[in-house]
Amino acid sequence: MQHRVTEFLVGLLFGVGLIVAGMTDPSKVLGFLDLAGPWDPSLAFVMGGGILVGLGAFATAKKRTTSFLGGAMHLPTSAVIDKRLIGGSLLFGAGWGLAGFCPGPAIVSMSAGQPKAAVFVAAMLAGMAVFATLERIQSHKSAGAY
Amino acid sequence: MTIDWNHFTPWTSLAGGILLGLASAIFILVSGRILGISGIVGGLLRPKAGDAGWRIAFVLGLLAAPLLYMALVGPVSATVDADWGTLVLAGLLVGVGTRYASGCTSGHGVCGLARLSPRSLAATLAFMGAGFTTVFLTRHVLA
Repeated sequence: MQHRVTEFLVGLLFGVGLIVAGMTDPSKVLGFLDLAGPWDPSLAFVMGGGILVGLGAFATAKKRTTSFLGGAMHLPTSAVIDKRLIGGSLLFGAGWGLAGFCPGPAIVSMSAGQPKAAVFVAAMLAGMAVFATLERIQSHKSAGAY
Repeated sequence: MTIDWNHFTPWTSLAGGILLGLASAIFILVSGRILGISGIVGGLLRPKAGDAGWRIAFVLGLLAAPLLYMALVGPVSATVDADWGTLVLAGLLVGVGTRYASGCTSGHGVCGLARLSPRSLAATLAFMGAGFTTVFLTRHVLA
């Protein structure tokens, strides 16, 4: 129960942070991505603030074998920079630039009652389902199931 | 390059960023998990046994955030210029892309950079570059 309450509160804090930062407004996000127009550098301050606070936390996390609640530390282990990482990131960036939504802000904006965010989130979930299906077919193939 | 001073909000954006960093810091230290939205949500589509509860709790918190904000602070405004077709295409690209990349703006852009991961730096440079390029094309070349 302690775990579920923590996870809920962290989601709540993160969502409020996105709203305060201005990330939930696509016109503000696109104002940052539009280097050739009148440029709004605000989002650099969002990332800067987040990273600055995170640096100390992750340095501490790397030295620990268990979390404060006694669970396992789920730190990423992969270090490969491959086609999946770069290709996927390019597709993501293109989608981000088209609408001005990335996953977290879209979900928050949907819950605020923005119908266009709801459509974006539905399409995003469909995209994630496509990925999951392609991965399943791929793993069947490599296992010799076909 | 000209700065859009009318829309530039360094202090509230910095404050929002600090909240994002705090949430990420609490999540890794207290729960032992990376705060990455695309991974948390994507993992809900076909969850392994015992792996759904924490994701659901987090997403419920995320969904509650604007309700709390609207009750205590004020409206959550969003200006969405994209038409419906563009939104669907953008959503599909973001869904597929973030899953292949194993992360998005939160997992790679905040957590990954804060843990000094070269892999996350490469991902962040790629999606930022694609975002800048896409907006340049749609606003200044194709428009």
